[in-house]
Amino acid sequence: MTKEDCKQVVLDIIADIAPDEDLKNVKAEIRLRDQLQLDSMDFLDIVMELRKRHGIEVPEADYQQLASLDSCAEYLTPKFDALAAKS
Amino acid sequence: MNTRSHYDVAIIGAGMSGLAAGIRLAHFGKKVCIFERHNAVGGLNSFYSLDGRKFDVGLHALTNFVRPGVKGTPLTKLLRQLRIDRDEFGLCEQKQSRVAFGPAGETSLRFTNDFAVFESEVARQFPTQIDGFRRLVERIKTYDDVSLEIAPISARTVVRSFLDDPLLEDMLFCPVMYYGSAQEHDMEFGQFVIMFKALFLEGFARPLEGVRVILRVLLEKYRQAGGERRMKCGVRKIIARAGRADVLVLDTGEEIQATHVISSIGAPETERLVGVPPAGTELEAGRLTFVETISILNQQPAALGWGSDTIVFFNDSSRFDYACPAAPVDLRSGVICIPNNFDYGPNRSLPEGIFRVTCLARYDRWAPLPDDVYHNEKSRWYADVQRSARRFLPALSDGALASATVATDMFTPRTITKFTGHIGGAIYGAPVKHRQGRTPLENLYLCGTDQGFLGIIGAMLSGISMANYHILQKG
Repeated sequence: MTKEDCKQVVLDIIADIAPDEDLKNVKAEIRLRDQLQLDSMDFLDIVMELRKRHGIEVPEADYQQLASLDSCAEYLTPKFDALAAKS
Repeated sequence: MNTRSHYDVAIIGAGMSGLAAGIRLAHFGKKVCIFERHNAVGGLNSFYSLDGRKFDVGLHALTNFVRPGVKGTPLTKLLRQLRIDRDEFGLCEQKQSRVAFGPAGETSLRFTNDFAVFESEVARQFPTQIDGFRRLVERIKTYDDVSLEIAPISARTVVRSFLDDPLLEDMLFCPVMYYGSAQEHDMEFGQFVIMFKALFLEGFARPLEGVRVILRVLLEKYRQAGGERRMKCGVRKIIARAGRADVLVLDTGEEIQATHVISSIGAPETERLVGVPPAGTELEAGRLTFVETISILNQQPAALGWGSDTIVFFNDSSRFDYACPAAPVDLRSGVICIPNNFDYGPNRSLPEGIFRVTCLARYDRWAPLPDDVYHNEKSRWYADVQRSARRFLPALSDGALASATVATDMFTPRTITKFTGHIGGAIYGAPVKHRQGRTPLENLYLCGTDQGFLGIIGAMLSGISMANYHILQKG
């Protein structure tokens, strides 16, 4: 999985949990919280949808790794790759 | 051999909070079953049919209404958490509501879903109070009302530190208390903040077809997520073992087990499922209960001159007394709801006129009556409640109202207990709330009325919060 694919995965999840947000101009390097109205309930949902849809586990201590799309890609891409290697 | 069914989560009660918790848990793959004693969902906010007519119970108006694009409020959070598109609720806004005080409503504060209207009414009627009122509103806006761990403080004390006119104070407390306070005379400030925002800073709306639309959406989401439900099958008993809710005994006698149990039926009601607590240690049940009269009219209320008010909160006395009355009904104050007066859009209206009035009542003056006396009392109080409320609406002759009325119904504290199981008909539950939803059993949690987020949006958020906090966040 490329980092761009990974960002799209996260964006797809956000589009489903917060359909009232406009995601066209989300900047990858800026914290999601600073450009979208997402609260802790929404971040919990991002984590849980990652598990439900993709089998990716994000322990609570690592939630901060999901702050921006760039940091999501850095953190999640190796997890997706590791999962793909296993199957 | 163990042949009991096992669930990840068992939910007691298919009201708004239980359904919302169920949707969250089922969506994230938990094996969930909701157990509901009645044949209808909705609990305190349900509906029924009588002579081919559909009646709503509970819901006058959905509070917490905000328009599309307003984010970060309870309604938006709820829609996101339950993956509901706001169009599915088809919410239509109120026209206007009022708080009317004095023997014939001489002091009246109008409000709409635009807070500026209410603020200007306060400024006009209470010019010496408006600065304090604005500071109070700032305090309310910045208060962390959804914190699960906050020390309780008296709302009356806080409000009096901003306002010194008891009339205005009571006029603010009347709607807020009527729409959600389980406590007499005063309320916890956090609860006041939740309700003030829900009523005044946000607003009122309703689907054309009433509460059933909301319940239909919730049921469909729950079904799609794979949740199970058992209707006409309540939980009769919780058997505790080693500090945990180990076995649930159903009304059928069947026994089931669940890793987690969420009870939406109330704190003292849940306590009684676990066992009879030693005398003097039991949780206190609420005393606040209501009667409601419902009149079905053969024309739109507007045709009778009642076309502007959606909700009217009224009080005829020098102070507003929110307490369990000595008499069967307290006629001094109440709430009028005219569901026709939401803005349903061009060419859309309810098929008949509806005029509802709610007043405080006393459970033990209704519960023990023999059936014939009970029915006579209902007729007598029905007339008195209507007469009291009509003082606060544009004048209409007895004859004109009587000839427009095609059907009536009335619920009493006894009806509430019969259909919801709430001890003493306490619609808003016990006076002490359990914000974190904990009980003495480690895997048994409360949601709904006695967890303490109020209103129907609050009820749903309560179910969501408890499912997140106790189960989903823990993986």
